[in-house]
Amino acid sequence: MADDPAREPDHESAETEGPAPIADEVAAVVVERFPGSVFAESHGQPVVYVDRSVVVEVARMLRDDEQFTMLVDTVVVDHLLDGTRLRVDGVEPERFEVVMNFLSHARNRRLRIVCQVPESDPTIASLVPVYPGANFPERESYDLFGITFEGHPDMTRILMPDDWHGFPLRKDDAAARVPVTFKGDPSPR
Amino acid sequence: MSDMTHASEREETRLERQTDEGAQQLRPITREMVIAGGGMWPQDDLGDTMIINMGPQHPSTHGVLRLMMELDGEDVLRIKPVIGYLHTGMEKTGEELTYVQGTTNVTRMDYASNFANELVYSLAVERLLDVDVPERARWIRMMMCELSRMASHLLFQATNGMDIGAVSMMLYGWREREEVLRIFEFITGLRMNCNYIRPGGVAADLPDGWQQRILDACDTVCAGVAEYDELLSQNPIWLERTVGIGVITTEECLERSITGPILRSTGFPWDLRKAQPYLPYDEVDFDVIYTSNGDVYDRYRIRLYEILESAKIVRQCVEKMPDGDFRVQDKKLTPPPRARIDESMEALIHHFKLFTEGFKVPAGETYVAIESPRGEIGCYMVSDGSGKPVRMHIRGPSFYNLQSIDPMGSDSLVADAVAIVSSIDPIMGEVDR
Repeated sequence: MADDPAREPDHESAETEGPAPIADEVAAVVVERFPGSVFAESHGQPVVYVDRSVVVEVARMLRDDEQFTMLVDTVVVDHLLDGTRLRVDGVEPERFEVVMNFLSHARNRRLRIVCQVPESDPTIASLVPVYPGANFPERESYDLFGITFEGHPDMTRILMPDDWHGFPLRKDDAAARVPVTFKGDPSPR
Repeated sequence: MSDMTHASEREETRLERQTDEGAQQLRPITREMVIAGGGMWPQDDLGDTMIINMGPQHPSTHGVLRLMMELDGEDVLRIKPVIGYLHTGMEKTGEELTYVQGTTNVTRMDYASNFANELVYSLAVERLLDVDVPERARWIRMMMCELSRMASHLLFQATNGMDIGAVSMMLYGWREREEVLRIFEFITGLRMNCNYIRPGGVAADLPDGWQQRILDACDTVCAGVAEYDELLSQNPIWLERTVGIGVITTEECLERSITGPILRSTGFPWDLRKAQPYLPYDEVDFDVIYTSNGDVYDRYRIRLYEILESAKIVRQCVEKMPDGDFRVQDKKLTPPPRARIDESMEALIHHFKLFTEGFKVPAGETYVAIESPRGEIGCYMVSDGSGKPVRMHIRGPSFYNLQSIDPMGSDSLVADAVAIVSSIDPIMGEVDR
């Protein structure tokens, strides 16, 4: 698409042997430094799948060594019902994905870090000590998906009422689970 | 007086009142006790603070924002924003809607600059589809986004003026914004939540006579901006209320993911329109406005002069608007013209399928970011190959910018808290989604 500055034509020749070289220099550093990380290109954007146990070290390295000045966004995706999910070789898919978008102003580039979080233990380390801007989005992720960010200073609900039960953006939390109440009806909860 | 004597006195009084005899004398309150606080109130040590709520229903909170402020007298020690009063589950709704219906949903998030939301959603869908939109559609999109930036900043001028005390600004800002909204009504049929930018292009071509109307509106707005500049920029009362208030530094902005005019007011000229151009922004001439103090006054000035820059872009769009299609001529993606439905069975089928099932988008995930009037608005979209997104997340800039309240508001006065919230320019529909 012409509107996409990050997109580059694919120059990789078919006869390259072994694993293809990683097109993105920062992603290459992350993959080299943290074994087990997997690089994938998604529509021209560099994405690195890392293990959730090293996410804080990755963030610290990006901030201190690679001039990634901003954690733009933290998103959680629930893949419970996602039958034709995008498979990436070398990544063991779990139900939840925590996606972090980093931006380097000095180098004018972006990098996306994705961590797999299993349903049985929905926790991941908080990035608030590294990027204080992760405060609100991590609270939002906790609120809507029930992912606990360990080390977060204020892990409380942010959008839903404090006494809400369930995590609305999970795929097994259907819309209209709480019936519409009319005047005089007993409370749904 | 020690506590012991107090206690025994109280006990005596209590016993006395149990008996029913004689006149009762109340404890004498002397002037010394009142002035020095000696004994009238519990010992008021230094460091005793009070937590009060501002909002959620407060005229200067731009919707329903609640601020918990810890006060020591008039001084604000800490501010914590409490949000969620406008949460309507729009991201959940986005998962239930087809890609055709999706823009109707996202346009209601940042209702003051809805084109940015529609654009970022459409760009994300188009990137997953790998579709190039025609040149004319891109220019129309850019023009509408800049008009929307003008409308949004005019809204800011109006509400910011009223919050700080220049109540007449409310009328002036609204007056000029009205001109822009008339343009929206003229082109899209709706004044707000236009749902005009859609995956594959825009909803309709520009109507006859659009050039002159847009140029006239630009002239009106620019004249209005000159008026505000004259009214406020050198006004001693205005300067007193804004200069040096709510200061934030570049480092604080960057680490807290704060973008847009707040970041630019700290001396950091970052604008995605220049840094990572998306529409034909690299083909028009405009400047990124930035200042270096990071206070309320600078944020006011940046938004004021950005209106003029947007007007500059809009004038260039009028001049350079290319001919051609206003949307992709792919019958699986965009609906056929209304007239074709009456004469072609295929057109009728395409129309029906498009509006009942929508189109399918290949599996994938992407993040698209553009510069909205409030900062970086992003759309993270995950598709599984069906007609509805698995996840549609909008990174609303206001949501992140609200994190700047604490560094800005700490050590300010209660009266300045209103100016600070106003200068962040949060749109709660986007914060709560």
